[in-house]
Amino acid sequence: MALAKPTQDATDARLDALSIPQDAGWSLAARQEALGRLKLMGMPHRRDEYWRFTNPADFNAVAPVAAPPMDVSDEKPLYEGMEQLRIVFVDGVFDPEASDDLAGEGIEIARLAEAGRADIHWARDLYGLLEARGQSPVDRPLCALNTAFATDGVLIRVTGKVSRPVSIVYRHENATSDAILHHVVQLTEGAELTLLETGCVAARANTVLETDVADHATFHHVRSQGRNHDRRAATAGFARLGRQSTYKSFTLTANGAMTRNEHVVEFTGDDATAHVAAAAIGDGADDPFHNDDTVFITHNAKNCESRQVFKKVLKNGAVGVFQGKILVKKDAQKTDGYQISQALLLDDDSQFLAKPELEIYADDVACSHGSTTGAIDEEALFYLRSRGMPKARAEDLLVLAFLAETLEEIDDEDIAAALNERLAAWLDRHAS
Amino acid sequence: MLKISNLHVKLEEEDKQILKGVDLELEAGKVHAIMGPNGSGKSTLSYVLSGREGYEVTEGTAVLDGENILEMEPEERAAAGVFLAFQYPVEIPGVGNMTFMRTAVNAQRKARGEPELNSADFLKLVRAKAADLQIDADMLKRPVNVGFSGGEKKRNEILQMAMLEPRMCILDETDSGLDVDAMKLVAQGVNALRDPNRAFLVITHYQRLLDHIRPDVVHIMSNGRIVTSGGPELALEVEKNGYTDLLAENA
Ligand SMILES: Nc1ncnc2c1ncn2[C@@H]1O[C@H](COP(=O)(O)OP(=O)(O)O)[C@@H](O)[C@H]1O
Ligand SMILES: [Mg+2]
Repeated sequence: MALAKPTQDATDARLDALSIPQDAGWSLAARQEALGRLKLMGMPHRRDEYWRFTNPADFNAVAPVAAPPMDVSDEKPLYEGMEQLRIVFVDGVFDPEASDDLAGEGIEIARLAEAGRADIHWARDLYGLLEARGQSPVDRPLCALNTAFATDGVLIRVTGKVSRPVSIVYRHENATSDAILHHVVQLTEGAELTLLETGCVAARANTVLETDVADHATFHHVRSQGRNHDRRAATAGFARLGRQSTYKSFTLTANGAMTRNEHVVEFTGDDATAHVAAAAIGDGADDPFHNDDTVFITHNAKNCESRQVFKKVLKNGAVGVFQGKILVKKDAQKTDGYQISQALLLDDDSQFLAKPELEIYADDVACSHGSTTGAIDEEALFYLRSRGMPKARAEDLLVLAFLAETLEEIDDEDIAAALNERLAAWLDRHAS
Repeated sequence: MLKISNLHVKLEEEDKQILKGVDLELEAGKVHAIMGPNGSGKSTLSYVLSGREGYEVTEGTAVLDGENILEMEPEERAAAGVFLAFQYPVEIPGVGNMTFMRTAVNAQRKARGEPELNSADFLKLVRAKAADLQIDADMLKRPVNVGFSGGEKKRNEILQMAMLEPRMCILDETDSGLDVDAMKLVAQGVNALRDPNRAFLVITHYQRLLDHIRPDVVHIMSNGRIVTSGGPELALEVEKNGYTDLLAENA
């Protein structure tokens, strides 16, 4: 099928401005295939079913909208004092000086930008694989674009239990930076890893994380997308889960003119668990805030548990979007699927658009989903104020309480507490 | 301490007058009780004094230390020393009971220009007071009132009162839903707070709470007014004969 004219034009213009890296080495074939996929799909359009609530124009544009870097020196870096293996990217460019030695017990770390050094690499079989699988039944052109043109990324292979988290730290210093990063994580049987991602990647970022979780392996992922107001980010996490494996991903989005976070999770082995959660908070008073979570969970194995908890706090015209689908295939009996998406609107100007979907072909499953939009509970507010809390303080407490359920999805209490502090600081800065 | 004069209150949303001229003077060191049939306006009085929205004061004042508290925000009234033990304490999922109490205590201290309590001092204080009310560590950790039994909620109200040390304590049907043991515990908590500098307004439907918290003055409220006042014997009369005779006499 030929692409519609505007889509063809947008795709041509975007592709003209991009090129597959010179020394793509072992990644070349996967990149070429991805480019082929992208050409067939074309860039996303408002007419596309999964772009109805979010305008892809900023991601389609040849050049990014400028986003002045934000001075965040008033806050201590997240997780300071916690043991971690730091990998730093500044505007999408690896910073070896600021990064730790990319080595550790039970873990192999390489960079995509070094792919040219070898034709054979463990990541060759994975790079772009889960992204390609995730293109059906829903097109994800931005992700194909990412696989084709990513300039760098971290490739992590875990064979044991890694004692300290791998921490990817992003810094944004250039107002017109445009980053495309593609990370691949492979957890072999029984392996365990915590991956942290922190900070604003670039003025415009397109990031993909592919995670292959083998049988009995465990992956924890905690991400905080920084505080920059003007940045645009399209991210996608693709995961494949083996037997009795565990995958837990949490994202905190505070600020950001445009955020599209996609999660595509597929259960391929029985008795596995996948939890995806996110807390978003945005104030549209001085800068726009648009936050879109789009999730697709495919149960293709028996007795697996999926859980999605998404909450958004929206203020002064901020917009939140949630599109979540649980697909339970015919043989995925005993599936336990739970999905909740909720928005707390702090005024009448903000809006939450939700599209929860269940598609079930197995007959012995327990799946539930719910979506709610509400305001601050006046009874609770009065109760707190009657105990002497000023209105603003009481509202903050209720906002944090609303988001608490998402933070509970993080197993590590120190990490959850650090993020909760970030939320409290955000509320202090945005006191009305 | 608190002088309520000619208080008229209607619902904000409806054309319904609920309080029709309440006069009441609550003195420091004294316990006043208000009794009355359901729907007579007792809870409304307690809410209006603590600043809940939805009510409109059409006439009258409630003066505490020379200031009309009816013009203050709820938190300002709290800082001035007004405390309401709710008839139906509110459940707040996601807010830990301990965090809630510490935030409240420190907010009031701050409003009064007193230094805030640090975590260690606060913890020590709350543990001691919780023990008196047989509130265990688990109840302190759980979200505010969530999953609490009726009795636990009421004890939690008294714990907050003990922590905040208000000067004007208003208790709305604190005895409802309590068994005898729980009621004794709550009454002990209240009696421990009795002080020459503190005034109490105890709202109750039944006389039994007043066996444990001995009132100095008893008022009977009906249809938005105080219809008669007397000593503790008035409560006994209600207990014996019900409200009907009493109200008929004072009609
Ligand atoms: N928010 C409200 N909306 C509608 N009616 C109310 C409201 N608050 C109080 N009322 C009415 O006012 C009257 C007094 O109620 P209340 O103060 O709760 O009485 P009491 O506590 O003595 O039982 C009742 O008729 C009650 O239905
Ligand atoms: Mg009542």
